[in-house]
Amino acid sequence: MPVWLSDDEFRALTAACERLIPSDETAGAVDAGVPDYIDRMLGAFLVDPPLIWAGGPSSGRFGGVAGFTDFHRLTALDELAWRMRIEGSLGVPEREFNGPVIGWQQIYREGLKTLGTDFCDVGGDEQDARLKADDEFTTLLYEHCCEGMYGAPEYGGNRDTVGWQAINFLGDVQPRGYTDAEVSGP
Amino acid sequence: MTVDAIIIGSGPGGATAADVLTRAGWSVTIIEKGRNHLIDSENPSQLAQDYSNDEIKFLHRHFLGPDPLIEPRTFRISEEDGERSYVGAVNNLPSTVGGGGTHADGKVPRFRPDDFRLLSNYGPIEDAAVADWPVDYDELEPFYAEVERLIGVAGTAGANPFAAWRSGPYPMPSGAPMYGAVLSSAAAERQGLHPYPGPTAANSIPYDGRPACNNCGHCAYFGCPIHAKGDPVAMLQHALGTGRAELLVETFVSRIRTNGKVATGVDVIGPDGVERNLGARYVIVAGGAIETPRLLLLSGMEHPLIGRHLMMHFQTMNVGIMPERLHAHKGRSVTHLHDDCMIVDDAARAAARAAGLPWIRGGLVEHGGGGHPIMEGQFYPWGPSHKKLMEASPLRDRLWAFIMQGEDLPQPTNRVDLDPTVRDVRGFPVARITFKPHRHELVASAHHGPRHIRVLEDMGATWTATTTSPLVEGAMTRSPFNDSDEGITNYAGPISAIPASRHVMGTTRMGTDPSTSVVDANGRMHDLPNVVIADSSVFVTSAGYGPTLTLVALAARAAASLVG
Repeated sequence: MPVWLSDDEFRALTAACERLIPSDETAGAVDAGVPDYIDRMLGAFLVDPPLIWAGGPSSGRFGGVAGFTDFHRLTALDELAWRMRIEGSLGVPEREFNGPVIGWQQIYREGLKTLGTDFCDVGGDEQDARLKADDEFTTLLYEHCCEGMYGAPEYGGNRDTVGWQAINFLGDVQPRGYTDAEVSGP
Repeated sequence: MTVDAIIIGSGPGGATAADVLTRAGWSVTIIEKGRNHLIDSENPSQLAQDYSNDEIKFLHRHFLGPDPLIEPRTFRISEEDGERSYVGAVNNLPSTVGGGGTHADGKVPRFRPDDFRLLSNYGPIEDAAVADWPVDYDELEPFYAEVERLIGVAGTAGANPFAAWRSGPYPMPSGAPMYGAVLSSAAAERQGLHPYPGPTAANSIPYDGRPACNNCGHCAYFGCPIHAKGDPVAMLQHALGTGRAELLVETFVSRIRTNGKVATGVDVIGPDGVERNLGARYVIVAGGAIETPRLLLLSGMEHPLIGRHLMMHFQTMNVGIMPERLHAHKGRSVTHLHDDCMIVDDAARAAARAAGLPWIRGGLVEHGGGGHPIMEGQFYPWGPSHKKLMEASPLRDRLWAFIMQGEDLPQPTNRVDLDPTVRDVRGFPVARITFKPHRHELVASAHHGPRHIRVLEDMGATWTATTTSPLVEGAMTRSPFNDSDEGITNYAGPISAIPASRHVMGTTRMGTDPSTSVVDANGRMHDLPNVVIADSSVFVTSAGYGPTLTLVALAARAAASLVG
């Protein structure tokens, strides 16, 4: 269940993510929960503290405390910046000191709409053609896809670290780290 | 209340000044505009637990600040671009307690005696303000030694045949070499170069109450989760531990107040948005070579050289893709360096003559590996090839790079000034950067780059390329990643005319003559002798070395000159 996008928008997002990082014998973007990552990013301010910065110093995956789940509190300025980025300036004077800012929510809402209400039903080649036709949106979507695929799972993507496993990367390794032999040897 | 000194900026320069001054009994207030994710200012033996191996947080979500939406900068190559050609992040260093030290991979080389004497040793170059420094290596050496002990530097004395003399060994032995650096050092030696384990501000053994680095691989651009990097947390711990330092965070200095003869204090805006005035006997400015001149200009200071001679290192990136995996994500970000391109030898003289220049100097060359997986994924095209490329990992696990931090000549036209209309979130004009490399940098890049392609080929590279930052027409010695049989089409994406270098220097240059310099040899402003600049703004030339250790040594020297 999406937290910010509508069910229809979430379905279109899911279909688009599948084209950008497809699943085959190994996990793709949808298997990794990338659409959830993006949806939670767009709805970051629906929870408190907002899902902007995971905590530290370790995730618990290699010992130590599971600190990543304790997201940082934002200062008033942090919140202003991230609301500008996600929600846009929306005509609020304090967000428009350098003019209007279009937020990710609007970019996603319009971008998914541009892909077409039938986007989930057309063939893969047609889906690719529509994604290529809206290069600006697809570039942003792909950036976020990579974040959701290879970022820490606490942000909602990279489910069960499938993104890292596919590339033989352990991810966050504190407090274990690597031994000198692992660093210097083949 | 009037303190002995207000220190603006809590990065390496400001923290070092705070350490030296509080040790001498001075009371100081350190003012930092960013957040504190580093240290418990009431109980400085306690360090924060906020840093982590989290690529989203550090590389994609501005955790260390500044956020370019609320604190942008602007850029243009020259006045021909109009008022600006770009608004956003420009050469940003972290805006947070600890400043640039928090995110650095901690390479802290010293300069060499030559680096302070370019005019005397080599002579002038047209359109560049080549000058000698008012200090030399021998005067600075005791301060280099002191700050290496303060920070905690791991290194191997004698390993670099070109190194300057030193009065003692490094405080710690070198840490574990990266696997790729073991291979690249051997290949570099076969090609006649002289690689050595780089002096690194990351503990190789427990030091000063902080643990040894555990090789987690998240150095450059990340804060250290276990605080094995000493710069500048060690100096902040010492200063706050005296009880004579106060740390004000999320507090922006909008103006240095003066009575026409001396500075009397600063105007600040705190986290509550309220403006206040703080008084001090001395004002020490350590905001970095972009924010420092911005503050002087916001304060109405009128010396015509404020903001001029901005320098950044001209980076030449020679990259190769190797048949085997080098796992550069294990261990410190860069472990080996070589200085050969700093040396003005017969070949460099001949290349200079052929280009109509009297001399050229390159810079320090870093042996480094690929980055992190999100960044890697964004380089590859989307679609069916994405996962194949990620699994084969030519741009992360199998990438090796020689990055030359080329000496960038001082030019009066390269400058920081106040943007005429773009504002920060508090309503103040932002820094505008006008910057174009000198021809010297392009010639040096073209001369020294190809050598490293041969080293990469000696290592077994299946594919190599050279590119530069800033990207300049004519500077490219080989085309970037287009038409590669590795399937990479987009590598040059983030490379643009805006230099990627975070080594910013030179906007309030030091000297003995007030008409050709802004501050004296101790960092004091000629016009306002109780304002001291304690960051890389004071650099006269850029050498080809990371600026941190030299700016910290100069900050220690400036602070020592105040306490007598």
